[in-house]
This record gives sequence, C-alpha cells and structure tokens, in this order.
Amino acid sequence: MDNNIDNNMDNKKQYIFDNPKNIQRVLYLLYACCTLLVVLDFVIHRHVSHSWENLPIFYPLYGFVGCVILVLVASWMRTFLMRPEDYYGPVEELDDSKIEIVDVSDGHAKEANDNKKGDRNVDA
Amino acid sequence: MWMLELPPFVLFLIGGLIAATTRGKLRGALMIAIPIISGLHLWTVPEGIHLQFMFLDYQLVPYRADKLSLMFGYIFHIAALITIIYSLHVKDTVQQVAAMLYAGSAIGAVFAGDLITLFVFWELLAFTSVFLIWARRTPAAYSAGMRYLIMQVLSGVILLVGALFHIAKTGSVSFDYIGLDGIAGWLIFIAFGIKCAFPFAHTWLTDAYPEATPTGTVILSAFTTKVAVYALARAYPGTELLIYIGAAMTCFPIFFAVIENDLRRVLAYSLINQVGFMVVGIGIGTSLALNGAVSHAFNDVIFKGLLFMSMGAVLHMTGRINGSDLGGLYKTMPKTTILCIVGAASISAFPLFSGFVSKSMVMSAALENGNDWVWLMLLFASAGVFHHAGIKIPYFAFFAHDSGIRANDPPNNMLLAMFISACLCIGIGIYPAALYSLLPYDTGYNPYDATHVLAQTQLLLFSALAFVWLNLKGKYPPELRSTHLDVDWVYRRLVPNALQRMFAVIWKVDADVRQSVRGKLNQCQAFLARQYKGGGSFISTDYPSGNMVLWVAVILATYLFIGFVS
Repeated sequence: MDNNIDNNMDNKKQYIFDNPKNIQRVLYLLYACCTLLVVLDFVIHRHVSHSWENLPIFYPLYGFVGCVILVLVASWMRTFLMRPEDYYGPVEELDDSKIEIVDVSDGHAKEANDNKKGDRNVDA
Repeated sequence: MWMLELPPFVLFLIGGLIAATTRGKLRGALMIAIPIISGLHLWTVPEGIHLQFMFLDYQLVPYRADKLSLMFGYIFHIAALITIIYSLHVKDTVQQVAAMLYAGSAIGAVFAGDLITLFVFWELLAFTSVFLIWARRTPAAYSAGMRYLIMQVLSGVILLVGALFHIAKTGSVSFDYIGLDGIAGWLIFIAFGIKCAFPFAHTWLTDAYPEATPTGTVILSAFTTKVAVYALARAYPGTELLIYIGAAMTCFPIFFAVIENDLRRVLAYSLINQVGFMVVGIGIGTSLALNGAVSHAFNDVIFKGLLFMSMGAVLHMTGRINGSDLGGLYKTMPKTTILCIVGAASISAFPLFSGFVSKSMVMSAALENGNDWVWLMLLFASAGVFHHAGIKIPYFAFFAHDSGIRANDPPNNMLLAMFISACLCIGIGIYPAALYSLLPYDTGYNPYDATHVLAQTQLLLFSALAFVWLNLKGKYPPELRSTHLDVDWVYRRLVPNALQRMFAVIWKVDADVRQSVRGKLNQCQAFLARQYKGGGSFISTDYPSGNMVLWVAVILATYLFIGFVS
C-alpha cells in the first residue's frame, strides 16, 4: 500500500487520492514491482525444499490464483450466509456528534448521513 | 529489589485496587508504573521455581519461571503497558479495574506450575475480561458478554474435571506435558481448545470481541487466546492433531473475513487465523516449530493489538466501524492511517516487519517436517491474511469511497500506544535476533535469505494484484450492511428456535389432552346426571336440599352419640 499521505494542505480540501492520476501512479508502481519480482524469479538462485517451488513463478501464481479463488468462494458464501443487519436483534445506533460529515459528490456520504443517531459509548 | 518469591501477578492485583480507588492523572501514572516496575523485575528473574507450598497433600506451584513462561510473561507486560497507555483517556473505573485484573490473571496463568493454580487463573480470565465487553453498555454487548462468559466458564469447568482425572491418574498436580492419552488428556485438550478458538468453538471470539469497547477489544485480543496457546505449547507439543486443527484455523476464517462488514470482526477472524499458525507450530513440535509458534504469539500480540488499536481509534473518533460506513479517513486521520498500515504490513508478514520473522519459522518447520499439504494451506492463508487484514482493513477504513466523514486523529495517548507498537513491529522485523534470543530453543534460524524474502514478497504482491484486478473488474464483494451466519447461529437461532417449537408442540399437546379429558369427564357427568335425574341419588345434578338436611342431622346425631358414649 502507498502511505505518502498528504499532510500539507496546500490546496485546501484537495487530498492526494482525490486526483485519479495519483491512484493510477500507485497502480503502475504495483505493476512494475510485480513485473520485477517475476524477472527476479528467474535471476535469483533459490534453494528449495519442496518440488513445487521449482515450478517457474510458483509463488506469484499461487498468491494470485489463491486470492481470486478466496474472493470468489467468499462471494458465493454470501448467497447463503448473508442476513439482514438486524437479524439477531436491533442494531446499535450511530453518533454523529463528534464528526463532521462533508458532502462528497459520489453520494456515499449521503448514505453515511442517513445513519440513525444516538450512541452510548462510554469511551467517549 | 524485593522478594524473588513475589509472583508477578500480585502487582497487577494491587493495580486493580489502585484503579478502583484513585482517579485522574494519579490513576494514570500509577497504572503505567505497574507494568513497568513489574516488567523490570521480571527481567531480572532467573529460571526456576520461586514459590511453592503444600495444600491438602498437593504441592502447589504458583510461580514457576522457565524460558517458555518468561517469554509470555514479557509479552504480557508489554501488552499491558501499551493497552494501559491506549486507554488512559477512558474515564470508566469498571474498565480500568477489569483491565488490570485481566492482565494479572493472564500473567498468573502463564507462571502457574500446577493445574489447580492454572484453573483458578483460567476462570479469573473469564470473569475479569467479560466486564470489558459489558462496559460498552449496549444490549448487544450485554448478551454477547453473556455468551462469552458461558463459553469461557464452560472451558474452565472442563479443565477442572480434566485436571481432577489427571491428578487421580498420576497423583501429581504439576502442569507439564500431558498428551492425548486417556480421558484427562482429552478433557484438558478440549478446555484449552475452547479458549484457543478451535474451529466450531471459535464463535465466542468473533461474537464478543467486536462488541467490546474500543479499548476493551485491544486488551481482550492480547491475553485469552495467547494464554491458551501457551497452555497448548506446555502440555501438547508435538500432538499431530494440532497440525490439522491449526491448518483449518488458518484457512476457514479468511473466507468469513472477506465478506464481513464490521472491521473489528474482520480482525477477530484474522486473530483466529494467526492463532492457527501458532497451533500448527505447536503441533509440529520440533524446536524450530515451537520457536515459531512462541515468537509468532509474541509478535501477534503487538501487531494485532496495533490493528485493533487503529480500528478502536476509528470507532472512537467516528462512532462507526462498519466498512460500509467508512472510507476516505486518510484525509483527516493520516497518523492513524500510517500506523494501521504498519500493523497491516506486519500481520501480512512483509519482509522487515515482525510477522515475517516468526511466520516463516512455522512455514519452514512445516516443510522440513514433510507436511506438504499443511504447508500449502499455510501459504494460502498467508496470501489470504494479506488480502483481508493487510489490504481490506486499511483500504475500506481509510481509502475506498470517500464517506464524507472528517474526523481528527485520536487523542495523543492512543497515538502514542500505536506508535510504540509500530516501532516494536518494525524493530523486531529489522533486528529479529533480539526476539530470537528470548526463545526457548536455539535453532540458529535466519529468516532473511534471498529465497524466503523473494517468495514471500512475490506471494504478497501478487495477492495485492489480485485485489486490484478484482476491484477494477467489479468482482470484489462490496461492503454491505449485513450479518453473516457462523457457527454461533446454531446456539443463537437453531437451538432456541428448535426448543421454542418443541415447547410450543408440547404445550399444545398438553392443552389438547387436558381439553379432551375434561370434555370426557363432563360428558360422563352429564350422562350420569341424565341417568339418575331427579332420583334423589348421590350423583344427580338436582340433588334435593332435603337430603342434605337429613345428612346433617345424621352427622350431628352420630357426633352426639360418640360424645355421649365416650
């Protein structure tokens, strides 16, 4: 993950990932790293203890395929495991008293603002 | 220095008393001082039995220090210090007292040299920690706490029965290797297994931890399961069954974690997944594997604590913790974001972070031991844990869609606690020799060879690539407001519903039987009444009142007669 977070608010309310170009840059960096790792796979001499490790790009493939299968199986599990939020009883209500919610254009904030009020959190 | 015989948990019990009687800054200072003083003292304690006495013909050993228990002793002190700093802003005496006593119970349990002392602390762990859940003071927290308490106490009761069988068989109360032969061994194994969140007994954890207070979950995550790991490492090293249980524990929770909405519940699932690695290590039982298990427990307390702290900070500052409500928090919580990413990198076992130097030991041990399929499962679990704890947690909380929430970074004490944890994560990752020097065995293991580093980095970055690809394709399951069923559905829905239905049927049958019997009786009576209608007989409905007067006269006469005769 990228962690060059924008602290200096030179351009007010404009944060680093508000610019789609920066997201693209992070993705390109990831692609470059992945390519480099595949190349290194053939360059670095490895001493292996399992025969499967001898297969070219075993680890990258295993990581990629494993995760895709993981997500697909998990999504499929939703079809029979998912229930409404209040399945086991009423859901705790939310408290907006401490936070500021700004309007962002994609409409996601509206959904967040629709939450019910009132929270009794003693850590407050 | 004071007496060597003073068991380390005593100071924490005193700490509980202090927390109950003091307030404000004084309480904070004293509470921070206790783990520091106790930890410094523990550092000087040599190995050996430091306290024992006879009790009803049995040799009780409340304080036994060896490499294994000292290792857990150190990490529990570090965890106690960090969580106390993290919760300094909390003005809730219940939580402060419970945290102190809970940490003390955990420390007492790992230094217990006999089964009776272990049982006492085993139950104390349950009774002190449940208040951290109830302290949330919501109905959901109350009932989750109840379910948690029932499971924990059940584990303690099974432990007690097992211990009694064990004592009857061996004649000794000492807590050492037990092994799975005989009913005592199995009972104690099950007791440890419940606390260790074995599959099907794991739901107390995923049910209760997300219901605790923001600070409470951090404290809970450090102790209970790690005490169980310690107990397994002490009593069941090399038990083959543990390899398979552990491998299952590493794999199944990640599927739930991918679709779970509550981010602290995601972390609870990933806690089971990490404990799975430790259980596998204990099951393999070689010195490398045990080292791996113990050091992974050590690191897990820190990085899982860090992740729970960062999510606790999010919950504390925004009042919400569901992935569907969050997003874009990096804009105004940059420090929390960075600290969370450090925790995420550590749990995913990136090279130069703490998870790498301990997890690779377990994986290497699995390969060396010839457990190929288990190794593949662990590899899958490693990729999976990066997927949900490494990417999903920071991504949905701090990046993803902008939820519009603009909350500040949490109070300084919370940030400081997270900062200390993050430093430890990176420090151990860069200089693992410091951690390795504390381990029970000397194996001369070096995690940083080119093969390991390359393989692990490839695995992780390509699972990141899978996340990116699925996201761009729109195949990634969105965070939805939802509840996902788990094994707890059995005792929260299936059994209550079945019982309800069963009793409904029983009451209905009962009512029907009564109804029909009563109807029959009425019919009989009506029939007899019809038969003897107006006959002046005993069973007639219109029984003449004259008869009654006659009978009263007869009784009176009899009474007079008896009085007269006697």
